[in-house]
Amino acid sequence: MAEIAVSLWRGKADGNYQLYRVPQRDNQTVLDVVTWVQRNADPTLAYRFACRVGMCGSCAMTVNGRPRWTCRTHTAKVIKNGKLEIGPLANLPIIKDLACDLEPFFEKWQAAKGVFAPRLTRVDAIERIPPSTAPRLAADAAIECINCAVCYAACDTVRWNPDYLGPAALNRAWTLLNDVRDVGQRQRLQAVAAEGGCHACHSHQSCQQHCPNALNPTASIAGLKRHTMTAYLKGELE
Amino acid sequence: MNVRLYILQRGSAALMVPLVLLHLGVIFYASARGLSAADIFARTRGSLFWGSFYAAFVVAAATHAAIGVRSIAAEWTSLRGAALEVLMWSFGLLLAALGFIAVAAVVLA
Amino acid sequence: MNGLWDRQRRGFSRSGHRRDALWLAALLHRLSGLALAAFLPLHFLALALALKGEIALDGFLRWTANPLVKVAEMGLVFFLSVHVLGGIRILLVENLAWFQGQKQLATGALIGALLLALMFLVRAA
Repeated sequence: MAEIAVSLWRGKADGNYQLYRVPQRDNQTVLDVVTWVQRNADPTLAYRFACRVGMCGSCAMTVNGRPRWTCRTHTAKVIKNGKLEIGPLANLPIIKDLACDLEPFFEKWQAAKGVFAPRLTRVDAIERIPPSTAPRLAADAAIECINCAVCYAACDTVRWNPDYLGPAALNRAWTLLNDVRDVGQRQRLQAVAAEGGCHACHSHQSCQQHCPNALNPTASIAGLKRHTMTAYLKGELE
Repeated sequence: MNVRLYILQRGSAALMVPLVLLHLGVIFYASARGLSAADIFARTRGSLFWGSFYAAFVVAAATHAAIGVRSIAAEWTSLRGAALEVLMWSFGLLLAALGFIAVAAVVLA
Repeated sequence: MNGLWDRQRRGFSRSGHRRDALWLAALLHRLSGLALAAFLPLHFLALALALKGEIALDGFLRWTANPLVKVAEMGLVFFLSVHVLGGIRILLVENLAWFQGQKQLATGALIGALLLALMFLVRAA
């Protein structure tokens, strides 16, 4: 039976790769490989997964240098010369082995005001929002983000600029900017126009290239740049 | 980078698109004909057009380059805070000063 | 087994995205800008030779006839062209509604700049 020479990252930032020989199977995903190692070779391996069907984003790891959902990555597509290299997501502190700490990612989400601020309360009538209006179309195009942090891991501006809020947080801010039910726009624009906000983005498009949900944070951030520029020129921003 | 620097950076870039294209034309024209200093001065000395063209170019280029260098320093070196501002302003002012001297040298009699 | 896989490394490998065309386009944009920023003061100083009169500037212009200098000038024409053409793409991305064909445009900018640089060398030589 064919085997894959799998290098898995063990330890923290100062750790190293450890080599495992894993049986190669048809229709095998990278998550299957990691699971096989934990169950058959080394039960001390730490890794994350949940749905294993490409819905939750929990299994995101670095595979051969790129951030991906391991449950949706067939080994046949990524094996090179019978080898595979798997590490935790980049740009985040490593807890252990293949599991990283997503707290900084979510803190930046909050800092970008990626939180819905409603005008109405539960006792008010539900507001009707036609899905075909321009703002709703813009929001819907970017709404399917499940906070998997693949874009954050792929972004060099995140890597080079510790203040940068990152593509996911800014993409979410953009969807809320286009939400007519939201009344927190002033604070949101202020948040994304600050140092480390949308203007730090250089439009590399690594986020757009790697997003497993085919989202385009570069386009969302471009929208934020336009909005903040207009607001600033109108004197609505500090 | 913030909204003010962004507007100056992209604004100076947009202004320079036509300036650079014309300047490329000047480069091709001058080098293909092997223009001498006298040939250049005959075209530039006392010219309001070339004076304003290159003065605007100097202002835009100094702004754009200074902010660009600041971004690169912020991301690729360990410079932070006030040091970045000092770098940006000193480089920008240096380019503006040298640039205006160059424009004056070529345009003023 | 290749020793590359066994030795201690400084961190796990995480830069596969740097092989993408658009990332490389951004790198070229940054490096060309840096080269132009470094060149600009020298360019201004050379032009300021005009203050010393025609002879001083002509002396400098004669020096630029050297073939090695011409090749360096071609490099500068390439940097200026690729920076402005790539920059136009970024201005469009950031100010217009999203459009497809980013990789094609970036490649077009590179090819356009190479053609301009070649044209310069051919005409100026």
